[in-house]
Amino acid sequence: MALPARESPIGKPVSLFVTCIVDMIYPDTGMSVVDILEHLGVSVDFPPAQTCCGQPAFNSGYRDETRAVAKHFFKAFQDAELIVTPSGSCATMLRHEYPTLFTPADGTPYEQAQRIAAITWEFSEYLVDGLGIRDLDLSLPAPESFAVHDACHGLRGLGLGGASRQLLARLGNAELHDLKECEVCCGFGGLFSIKMPDVSNAMLTNKVENINASPAETIVTGDVSCLTQMNGGLSRQKSAKRVVHLADVLAKALPEERS
Amino acid sequence: MTVEIQSNDFIALADIALRNPDLQHAVAAGTRGGYQKRAETMFAHSREHGEHMRQQAAEAKRRALRNLPDLLETAERNLSANGWQVEWAEDAAEANRLVLDIARRHKVQTVAKSKSMLTEELGLNHALEAADLRVVETDLGEYIIQLNDETPSHIVAPVMHKTKAEIRDIFIRELGMEPTDDAEAMVAFARKMLRHDFLNADMGISGGNFLIAETGSVGLVMNEGNGRMCTSMPRVHIALVGIEKIVETVEDYATLTQVLPSSSTGQKLTVYTNILNGPRRADEDDGPQHSYVILVDNGRSQIYGTDYAEALTCIRCGACQNACPVYRSTGGHAYGWVYGGPIGAVLTPLFVGLENAQPLPHASSLCGSCKQVCPVDIDLPRMLLDLRWELVRDGHSKTGWDAAMKAWAIGMTSPRRFALGGATARAGQHIMGEYLPGILGNWTKHRDFPDFAPKPFRRLWKERNNDRA
Repeated sequence: MALPARESPIGKPVSLFVTCIVDMIYPDTGMSVVDILEHLGVSVDFPPAQTCCGQPAFNSGYRDETRAVAKHFFKAFQDAELIVTPSGSCATMLRHEYPTLFTPADGTPYEQAQRIAAITWEFSEYLVDGLGIRDLDLSLPAPESFAVHDACHGLRGLGLGGASRQLLARLGNAELHDLKECEVCCGFGGLFSIKMPDVSNAMLTNKVENINASPAETIVTGDVSCLTQMNGGLSRQKSAKRVVHLADVLAKALPEERS
Repeated sequence: MTVEIQSNDFIALADIALRNPDLQHAVAAGTRGGYQKRAETMFAHSREHGEHMRQQAAEAKRRALRNLPDLLETAERNLSANGWQVEWAEDAAEANRLVLDIARRHKVQTVAKSKSMLTEELGLNHALEAADLRVVETDLGEYIIQLNDETPSHIVAPVMHKTKAEIRDIFIRELGMEPTDDAEAMVAFARKMLRHDFLNADMGISGGNFLIAETGSVGLVMNEGNGRMCTSMPRVHIALVGIEKIVETVEDYATLTQVLPSSSTGQKLTVYTNILNGPRRADEDDGPQHSYVILVDNGRSQIYGTDYAEALTCIRCGACQNACPVYRSTGGHAYGWVYGGPIGAVLTPLFVGLENAQPLPHASSLCGSCKQVCPVDIDLPRMLLDLRWELVRDGHSKTGWDAAMKAWAIGMTSPRRFALGGATARAGQHIMGEYLPGILGNWTKHRDFPDFAPKPFRRLWKERNNDRA
């Protein structure tokens, strides 16, 4: 999906929207994002009032509740010049869905939704399309092999796909392999995984089979929610393989000064 | 004579499909094959060319939809000028009655029918059989379905849910075929049986993939040639066409007859691409003596007035079904009405009422593949989201979810409550262990859940900044 060209984010301080799941379950992934951005000389701030983008309510049809959460988001990020988030689906929520939740008649929230949509970048997109980085000039401490799972919202909502592969392809000691049906959903789909657990599991089982068949040791993706689904299935089905967030792979290659 | 609606049982029907290894095998192979071939054909020149074709097709259908009332009048005029007798049917009962009237008028006993999803909506075969007419489905897939007293599970591959071995057994049981596992021999056998029916049919019934307004023609595409037999051999031909099938020009038809087979079977063109112009002329030796077009509404004009109008541009290619990971897991019957897959999850609530198809808008992970492959770029995920919102708005959602979402929104509108919620979840997980309670148990039924972090990010961030200060 082609998005209108946006203002260059180069030189702007980043307000990190870490997402609710990273905050509570994967804080290290959030730290990886911070470390990489700071390594690149980007100034990073964490607006402390942030919570969630509202996607669970939005995808379930609860629009009043979504609007309430969105308005809180506007407040939490009122000073942000640029928002970076390590999630394709949350970025899609901010970029594509916020503007649909309000009409010009709503006044300020409408304007804020437009503003948030304009300044939000997904992590890998920010690095590659935003900062123009193709090669981080980093190397992993030891050789590892990877394959990419394209999380749905990043791929089809934001038109990503290439960014994480480009960064991995030029990462030292990283070998990139194919993953069969890498563009097919893992079966997470938010509350879909709980509302229709058996259908979700059929999709997950297919994903697990493809992951097990891939020569890659580790699967890389850009959304921790999909990662939770896939690792939950890999672990339950006694697979030794795991899915990791792109930021965690890249951070492993940073020089030792990491805090 | 209404078609049974079981869409509220989606989860139970999906469960049956998930436990059927033959269905799992057949649908997995069928959908993936179609998906793969589509990509190869649509992007044979280049991705840009394929995307351009999609946009051109979408524009042709949307333009026709915008001008629908005018184009229908133009079409009626031009169809009549070609010798078609044009009838209008508001609903299934009226459409079926019109077909029966025509059959009686022409003393019809046997009907040869080519594939039509619209007639599935109408329950036409049952209506005709109830009036003691013999109806033979002549599309091979539909023929098998009819022998086995089933409904199509896929828009273009009606018997996708069956394996070759199952089809062999149906032929042996219903038609006394000599046992064989050779697909070609099975097809040859069916062909021979059908040949007899074509020669003896008094009336042919077809659908219409497109109705070309400027020339007053019915556009019909097929691969087996059965549709050409149905529309040219019997004395009488009826084309039942949904009012949304209209296109403005032959040029639009040319666009759409490329994206339709490309998207559904990965063919650049179907084996037979027809433009039917009514009954045989005085100087012609063959063709039907009487040609009818029945323009069927059956709920379409109601959808036309809603935000879901674009769903009426669907050209029934089945690409969204092939691409959908939910459909790939369940097949089409789980959706409980005529149309399965993403387009079915949208159309069914619109046709039969949202209250009668409540699970369908939720039968999607919103992965977006359906929109991506749709040859007319229908925003199916958007429509599913809107239908979910309507379910909540109209009070169809479960009270437990309502309460949970309200509580969740309260938690998410304050960082203090958010942090408290996280701490509670962390403590709760410690107590509950591996298997989560209540509805959350649906997660741990099939997957492990990760541990909540001992310290959330917001705390790590604060500690780090304190260290640095």
